[in-house]
Amino acid sequence: MIGLVVVSHSQKAADGICELAAEMGGEAPLEAAGGDDGEIGTNADLIGEAIAAADDGEGVVVLVDLGSAVMNAELAIEITDANARIADAPVLEGALNAAVEAASTKSTLESVLEKAEDAREYRKR
Amino acid sequence: MADEATQRAAIVAAARAVADRLEAEKSHLTDLDSAIGDADHGSNLARGFRAAADAVEDEEESSPQELVKKIGVTLISKVGGAAGPLYGGSIMSASQTLEDGLTAETSVDFAEAYLEKVKDRGGAQLGAKTMVDALTPAVHTYKKSIEVDELPPLTALAKATAAAERGVEFTVPLRAQKGRASFLGWRSVGHQDPGATSTWFIMQELLDVADDYLEGDTDVDARSPTIPDETPDEVDES
Repeated sequence: MIGLVVVSHSQKAADGICELAAEMGGEAPLEAAGGDDGEIGTNADLIGEAIAAADDGEGVVVLVDLGSAVMNAELAIEITDANARIADAPVLEGALNAAVEAASTKSTLESVLEKAEDAREYRKR
Repeated sequence: MADEATQRAAIVAAARAVADRLEAEKSHLTDLDSAIGDADHGSNLARGFRAAADAVEDEEESSPQELVKKIGVTLISKVGGAAGPLYGGSIMSASQTLEDGLTAETSVDFAEAYLEKVKDRGGAQLGAKTMVDALTPAVHTYKKSIEVDELPPLTALAKATAAAERGVEFTVPLRAQKGRASFLGWRSVGHQDPGATSTWFIMQELLDVADDYLEGDTDVDARSPTIPDETPDEVDES
C-alpha cells in the first residue's frame, strides 16, 4: 500500500492529523513526524525515519505544514531510498484525502498524491 | 596542494573554531533572531556545530570529502528548523565537489555548489533578507579573486569574508521575504538577518584557520585591485 507521512512543527498536531486520517477507514501505514524531543520544529532525520516506517515498497506521500517542514521533507526524500513525494496541499485536508485514496486497493503513488492535492481547492465558506 | 593529513587537520580545526565562535555568539545570534524570527538560531547552530566538530575529531581514516560530508550530515540531524537543511544539507551536497581534496579550484566549486544549494532549497533570491545576501557577494568575490585575479586562496578568502560583511549590512534595511521574518512585513526593516550574520561569522573562522595553513594577505577588502578589461570570458560560467 501507499504509505502516508504527516510532518508538522508540532508532534501533537502531526499525531492528531494521523488520528483523524486513520478514521477514514483505510489500512495504509500512517506515520507522524514532529520536532526533536517534543520541541516545536522539524527534523530531516525524523522525517526520514517516518518515511522508512511508512514504506512497504510501493511509495510514500508526505504531507507537510509550512516553512522548514518543506525543506526538511525535501532533504529527507533526497537521502532515503524510498519513492516518496511531497503533496502540495494543506496538511490536514490533504492527509484525509490521501488516506481515503490510499484505502483503495487500486491506489497508486500518483493517485494518492493527486487526491491529496485536490484538497487545495477546499473552501470554507 | 597540501597533503591529505594537513587538509584533514585543517577541516577538523575549522569545525572546532566555528563551533567555538557560534557558542560565543549564541546570545548575540539569538537576540537578532528574537527580533525577526523564532529566537532559536544561536542555540540551534551552536549545538549543531559542536556535535559536528565532535563527530570529525577522531576521524583519522576519512578523506577530506568524507569529513566535510560528515559535518553536513551531523548538522542535519542536530539542527532543527530551516538551518538544518540550509547549512547541513548544503554542506553535505556541496561536499561532492571535494572528491579530489581541497584545492584552490575545488574550493571555488564547493563555494558555488553551496550557494546554489542554499538558493535552491530555500527558494530565496538576492535581496530577500537571508543568508543568500551574505553568501552571494562572498562567493562571487572568492571565485573572481581566484580565477581572474589569480590571488592566493587565503587572500581570496579574506576578500570574500569582507564581501560577506557588506552583505550582512545590506540585509539591515531590507524587507524580509522568506521565513518567519516575512510575516513581519515592513516591521522586519531595520533588523540584521541572523542567517546572513552566522554565515559571516563562519567565514571569519574559516579565514582564521586558513591563515594557520596558507600564505597570503589577509589585510584586504572586497574591492578589486584591477580595472576590468572588456573580454568577459575569463571566468568559467558553468
